Amino acid sequence: MNHLPLIIKREYLTKVRNKSFIIMTFLSPIIFMVLIAFVAYLTQLNNDKVRVISILDESGLVKNVFKKTEHTTYNILHGLSLEEAQALVVETEGTGLLHIHKLENEAIDAQHITFYSEEAPSLSLISDIENQVEQRLTNIKLQENGVDVEMINNSKVKITIAQESFEGEKTSKVDSVIKLIFGGAAGYLLFMFIIIYGNMIMRSVIEEKTSRIIEVIISSVKPMQLMLGKIIGTSLAGITQVIIWLIFGGILMTVTSIVLGIDMAEMQTPQQQVMEQAMENPEVSAQVQNIANAFFHLPLTNLIIAFILFFIGGYLFYSSLYAAIGAAVDNETDTQQFMMPIIMPLILAVYIGFFTVIEDPHGTVSTVFSFIPLTSPVVMLMRIPFGVPIWQQILSLAILIATFIATVWFASKIYRVGILMYGKKPTYRELMKWIKY
Amino acid sequence: MSNLLEVNKVSKKFGDFKALNDVSVSVPEGSIFGLLGPNGAGKTTLIRIVNQITMPDSGTVHLGGELLNQKHISDIGYLPEERGLYKSMKVGEQALYLAQLKGLSKSEAKKRLKYWFDRLEIGDWWNKKIQELSKGMAQKIQFVVTVLHEPKLLIFDEPFSGFDPINANLIKDEILRLRNEGATVIFSTHRMESVEELCDDIALINKSNKILDGKLVDIKRQYKINTFEVGIRTSNNASLRLELNDKFNVSEANFKTLDDELKVNIKLDEAVKPNDLLNYLTSKGEVSHFVELIPSVNDIFIQTVKNN
Repeated sequence: MNHLPLIIKREYLTKVRNKSFIIMTFLSPIIFMVLIAFVAYLTQLNNDKVRVISILDESGLVKNVFKKTEHTTYNILHGLSLEEAQALVVETEGTGLLHIHKLENEAIDAQHITFYSEEAPSLSLISDIENQVEQRLTNIKLQENGVDVEMINNSKVKITIAQESFEGEKTSKVDSVIKLIFGGAAGYLLFMFIIIYGNMIMRSVIEEKTSRIIEVIISSVKPMQLMLGKIIGTSLAGITQVIIWLIFGGILMTVTSIVLGIDMAEMQTPQQQVMEQAMENPEVSAQVQNIANAFFHLPLTNLIIAFILFFIGGYLFYSSLYAAIGAAVDNETDTQQFMMPIIMPLILAVYIGFFTVIEDPHGTVSTVFSFIPLTSPVVMLMRIPFGVPIWQQILSLAILIATFIATVWFASKIYRVGILMYGKKPTYRELMKWIKY
Repeated sequence: MSNLLEVNKVSKKFGDFKALNDVSVSVPEGSIFGLLGPNGAGKTTLIRIVNQITMPDSGTVHLGGELLNQKHISDIGYLPEERGLYKSMKVGEQALYLAQLKGLSKSEAKKRLKYWFDRLEIGDWWNKKIQELSKGMAQKIQFVVTVLHEPKLLIFDEPFSGFDPINANLIKDEILRLRNEGATVIFSTHRMESVEELCDDIALINKSNKILDGKLVDIKRQYKINTFEVGIRTSNNASLRLELNDKFNVSEANFKTLDDELKVNIKLDEAVKPNDLLNYLTSKGEVSHFVELIPSVNDIFIQTVKNN
C-alpha cells in the first residue's frame, strides 16, 4: 500500500500549522524590513551630519584645493598658531584640524602633515584628504619639473579589454562579476535551505521517537516511506515558507514605502550619489549597458535547469543524512557529534565556492569539488554561470543522484534500527553495525 | 480449529546477540494467546517480526495460511509496549491518520471512530490535543486506534499498563468481546493474573528459546502436583496431625480460615483417589476446606524459568 501522499500531507500540515512556524513565516519579513528601515535611517542620520574640518596651512600650498561638499565643509584658518587653532577647533566642536607645517625646502613629505581630532577619523575621510593633497602636490611637482599637466590629463587612456571565447561568445569583466553573484546566490541559498529545513526534518524524527509513536507508525508503513514522506513534506513546508516570505516581503516593502512616504530609492548613501553622478558620464552608462548585457549573456536556461536539479538533489541528499541522525539519537543535544561531519563539507563547499571558483572556475580544485557529492551541489551551482560543459554537469548530477540513493538506503537502515532504540547514544561503530542488521 | 498464525523456526540475531533461536509458535484462530517470558527474553522481537518491523534471519511466518507479506499489515492491530501519540496533534485528526495508514478510507474511519468514541464515552475529546489528556485517556485512544480497522489478529503488549482498575476492566471486557466476535488475540504481559483470567493458550520464551507452549489447561494438568489443601475441625488437632503424617505426604498449608482448624497440604500418591482421602478425613472430623492445588501461571512461569 502506498501511504506516501498521506504521510506527506500530515507532515506538511503539522509543520505549516505549527505556531512557531507561522510566527516565523510572518514575523521574519517584518523584522527584516524593520531592520532595513532602521539601518537606512541610521545611514541617513549619519549623512545629515555635516563635518567641519579646519585647515591650518602654513605652507600655503594646498589651502585652495579643498572644495566644500554636501557633507563636509572646510574652514581655512589664517594667522593662528597650532595651539590656538587646536583650541578653536575644540571650542567650536569641529570634526578635526588638518595642519600642514611651514616648508623649509619646498620638499613636502608625510611628516609635515598631521590631522588632529577628538575621535579617530573614518578611513574614508582620511583617504579623501590624502587624495586631494596628493593630487595637488603631484601637480605642483610636475609643473616645477616643467611638465604640462593639461597634456598629461589629455593623454590618459581608459581601456576595457574585450573578451571572446573561441566559439565567438563575448564576455567581459562585468560578466564575471554578474556570474559570481548568480552562482554565489544559488549556492548560498542551497546551503541555507539545507541547514534550516534539514534540521526541521531531524527534529521531526526525534519527536516521533520521544513521543513513542514510532512503533505504531512503522507497524503500518515502511520506514523508508516514512522517511521519504517526512523529507518531502518538510521541504514543501519550506518552499511554502520561502514563497510567503517573498510575497509578503514584497507587499510589506510596497506598503511601507507608500504609507510612510519613504522612497527607498531616495535613501541614498554617499556611494550611491557618486554612482549617480558617474551615470551621467557616458563612459559609465556604457558600463550599465554592460551589466544588462552580461545578465543576458548568462547561460540562463542551463542555469535555471541546473539550479532546480542540483538544488533538489543536494537537498534530498543532505536531508536523508539529517533524518538518519534524528533516528540515531534520542534528543537534540545528542545530535552534536553527528552534525559535524554534515556541516563541515557544507561550509567547505561554500568556501571553495567563494574563494577557489572566483579565482579559477575551471581549475583542478573547483572541478574536483564539483564532482564530490558532498560539495558538488553548492560548488557546481557556483561554477555553472562561468560555463561548464554539459557532460560535466550530467556526470556530477549522476554521481549526486547515485550517492543520494545510496544514502537513502544507508539512512533508512539506520532509521529502521535507530527509531526503535532508546536511551543510548550510539557510537559510529554501532551505527555501522546497525546497517548489517 | 486451525491456526491463524504459524511462526516456524524463526531466528534473529542483532550483531552477536541472539534475540530468537529457532522459535516456533502456533496461535489458534479465535483464541487469546499469552506470550510470556522474562524481560529481554525476545518477546518483543518476535512480535516485531510478526508486524514486519524487523525481518527474521531465518524461519517463516504464516498468517491465515499465507506467507507474511505487505498485504497483511491491515490484518494486524498492534499495541506496542513503547507506545505514544503525536502530542501536538488533535485526537480526531490523529486517529483518522492512523486508521488511514491501516488502509481504511477516511469516511469509513470517521464512522467507526464515532462508534468507538461513543462506546467508550470519549466523544468530546475529538478536538483536544493529546498533550491536554491524561496518560490513561491517551491509552484509551491508543486502544481504539489499534482495534479500529477490525484486524484478524490483535497484538497487545502490556495492554493494561497505565490504566486504573476500572478502565483496565473496561479494556479487558473489550478484548474479550473482540475475541467473541472472531478476532484472535496475542497478549504479552507480566501480569500473570490477567493471563490466568484471559488466555486459552500460552507460550513461554526464555533467553531467546521457547521453553513451553500449549493450551493453558493442558499445561496446568502437566504441572499438576496431586496435592490437596485441607482444613478440618477436630477435638484434637495435634493427634490427627500425627496420624496424617504417618499415612500421607503432609506439608504445612497457609490459607485463611474462620476457626482454629488443622490446616495441611496433603500430596497423594498416584494410587490414592481424592475421594478416598476425603472419606478418610470426614471420618476424622468436620471438613471445612478441601481444594485441589492447581499450579498458577505464576508458579509455572517461575518454576520453568528457574529450571531452564
